[in-house]
Amino acid sequence: MTTSINARKVLSDNGALGGLLVLVVALSVLAPSFLSTQNLLNVGVQAAVVAVLAFGSTFVIVSGGIDLSVGSVAALSAMVGAWSSTEAGLPGPLALLLGLATGVVAGLVNGALVSYGRLPAFIATLAMLSVARGLTLVVSQGTPLATPDVVSELGSNLTPFLPVPLLVMLVFFGLTAFVLTRTYQGRAMYVIGGNEEAARLSGIDVRKQKLVIYALSGLFAAVAGMLLAGRLASAGPQAAVGYELDAIAAVVIGGASLSGGVGRASGTLIGALVLAVLRNGLNQLQVSPFWQQVVIGVVIALAVLLDTLRRRSTR
Amino acid sequence: MAELLRATGVTKRFTGALALDGVDFDVRSGEVHVLLGENGAGKSTLVKVLAGVHRPDSGEVVLADGVRLAVIYQELTLVPELSVAENLFLGRPPRRFGVVDQARMRRDAVALLDRVGLAVDPRTKLKHLGIAQQQMVEIARALDQDAGVLVLDEPTAVLTDTETDRLLEIMAELRDQGVGLVFITHHLDEIRRIADRSTVLRDGRSVGVLPRGASVEEMIELMVGRSISEQYPRHRQDPGEVLLKIDGLTRNGVFQDVSIEVRAGEVVGVAGLVGAGRTEVVRAAFGADRYDSGHVEVGGKRLAGGDVQAAVRAGLGLVPEDRKGQGLVLTSSVGENLGLVTLGSATRFGVVDRGGQREKAAGMASALRVKTSGLGQEVRELSGGNQQKVVIGKWLLADPKVLVLDEPTRGVDVGAKVEIYELVNRMTAAGRAVLLVSSDLPEVIGMSDRIVVMAHGRVAGELPAVGTTQDQVMALAVQEIPA
Repeated sequence: MTTSINARKVLSDNGALGGLLVLVVALSVLAPSFLSTQNLLNVGVQAAVVAVLAFGSTFVIVSGGIDLSVGSVAALSAMVGAWSSTEAGLPGPLALLLGLATGVVAGLVNGALVSYGRLPAFIATLAMLSVARGLTLVVSQGTPLATPDVVSELGSNLTPFLPVPLLVMLVFFGLTAFVLTRTYQGRAMYVIGGNEEAARLSGIDVRKQKLVIYALSGLFAAVAGMLLAGRLASAGPQAAVGYELDAIAAVVIGGASLSGGVGRASGTLIGALVLAVLRNGLNQLQVSPFWQQVVIGVVIALAVLLDTLRRRSTR
Repeated sequence: MAELLRATGVTKRFTGALALDGVDFDVRSGEVHVLLGENGAGKSTLVKVLAGVHRPDSGEVVLADGVRLAVIYQELTLVPELSVAENLFLGRPPRRFGVVDQARMRRDAVALLDRVGLAVDPRTKLKHLGIAQQQMVEIARALDQDAGVLVLDEPTAVLTDTETDRLLEIMAELRDQGVGLVFITHHLDEIRRIADRSTVLRDGRSVGVLPRGASVEEMIELMVGRSISEQYPRHRQDPGEVLLKIDGLTRNGVFQDVSIEVRAGEVVGVAGLVGAGRTEVVRAAFGADRYDSGHVEVGGKRLAGGDVQAAVRAGLGLVPEDRKGQGLVLTSSVGENLGLVTLGSATRFGVVDRGGQREKAAGMASALRVKTSGLGQEVRELSGGNQQKVVIGKWLLADPKVLVLDEPTRGVDVGAKVEIYELVNRMTAAGRAVLLVSSDLPEVIGMSDRIVVMAHGRVAGELPAVGTTQDQVMALAVQEIPA
């Protein structure tokens, strides 16, 4: 009895989970190969990059902001990592750290523009989207660079049933949930997103917190960039183009509100899985990539529509 | 004089509270009919009933045939980025073949602006006009729609003296043109200058109609004539050391040279009209807004200006005037809101002690008798009084030396009001202090130990609360300070 009640509560708390289950059941009927272990692991690997990007975006969106630059920052971070090792000859781990630091710096710049420069987040991160992409092209001279071994290993399997990207995704899921629910920074994100003026008048240093929030988003983007480069064993100048939109879609499918104050790590994970399952399943069904885009757009709209209706009915 | 509007026996309740109780009101062509009363007396509700925003529970409002009513609210309803002409014809620009006829719009605009004596180029963007000129644009727009009755809700609160003079002149001209004007203002001298008659509201009832030339004393007596009973259970005690010292605080053009001292165990009331600068001073003292000169000390320690965190650390708290906009996080639960101020102190190594926070919030919620289904309930679902208790509660958990309450009982029902007053007593009994900003005169007199009266951004005077009458406070609040 208790388990069924718990299951119902989990479902009602996570509107997108029901959608994910429906999707999985439908695809396993339509495409028998979908449910194979190997394919499910593939889905996890495919979800990992967007999921990690989306975890970072969850911080930003919960606090009432938006980060459009994460795709470009992911590409730049991976490129800096690859360049440091192959062109500058630095040891792999150091190159990896430099790449991650690049993401943090880009995030700090975003944060500074938003909090101290008072730019709207949309504008500041749109600018960074362009700058980071441009710098990626500058660093790479327009050609892909090989990644150091330590990065390439991120794309490998730890054991036959444990791909590293899946592991990284789960670790970052746990980290995100911890930050959001347990830490000062996380609680402050909800307060700032819910009512920035109330946050300020309650003694929360809103500007400093925003700096931290965008830096976290930049760091997560860098990790996602490394994952992506690891899978391909190279960092590409056009890597992760448009991924920021997938990240935002995952967060929103997961039930977060773009006006801030609402959102959870579990929702974002489900949102990223929904996108990955959908892409994978449509491939299995041999739906043309052109139609895939249409279907994904419809699913995003439906997911948020259903979530809105569900909330309205419970209120 | 033709009657343009008649309201009879208008009664309006809001969730149990009687806002209007059988009010009769009428407007004739070519008169200025003033609506007078304290904040919360029911003036705004009456205006909204007249304008059809609220439907009365009983009674009726009848407009004469073909007469339209327009309301100029304090918050203007114009679009800053559009031109004056576009604002005048907002939503109904003159068109020819479906295209806006710019030339005609400008011509018509000039004629309209002339009626209110505003000589500006109609192509000017509205945002480039001063607030007084914007008000004129709003009035001109109402006139174009042939408003027979024009209601002006505290238009002079945001105007300078010369701007006010000009507005009163225009009102007189409109009166001569046969418009019926309803004028709401707290400035009694303006009433003496322009009113043909004044209806006084008190506690939702019409308590009398004063003729032209009524004295300020008569107005105040009718407005406030009520004795204070045990609605205000203040326990006064001997004050201790100075906990809050606001010294010569000035923000150019907003408030000048404001000094207020609050001692341990004391409640200092800040009275004054809307727009006198009270909220601005306390926000600046708290660090929420900047100031140009002067300084603020809490417990003998001088605060850096414009730094809320420093103020909170030093032991200052602010319950802001705008509960929903500035006090609460509506998307969060009662428990989260109660823990807002103590979030930082409950954090060790970056991790919040959520169990401890919940425990404290639960204790505070029951101590304040917050009516809620649980700490997890969203704060937006609570009543106004209970929301206010949550805002006060989040500060009480941080145990500030001085708590500033800005209009703490606005929109709060009588029962919750008394509970909030008991909280004030509890704070002062514990050696803390309260700075109480309120437009509710009986409340200021009933709950304060001393009353600082502000007018026109300055301290107009200080009165002991015991033995002071509302007339004395009002007399200071409405006084004109020579520039």
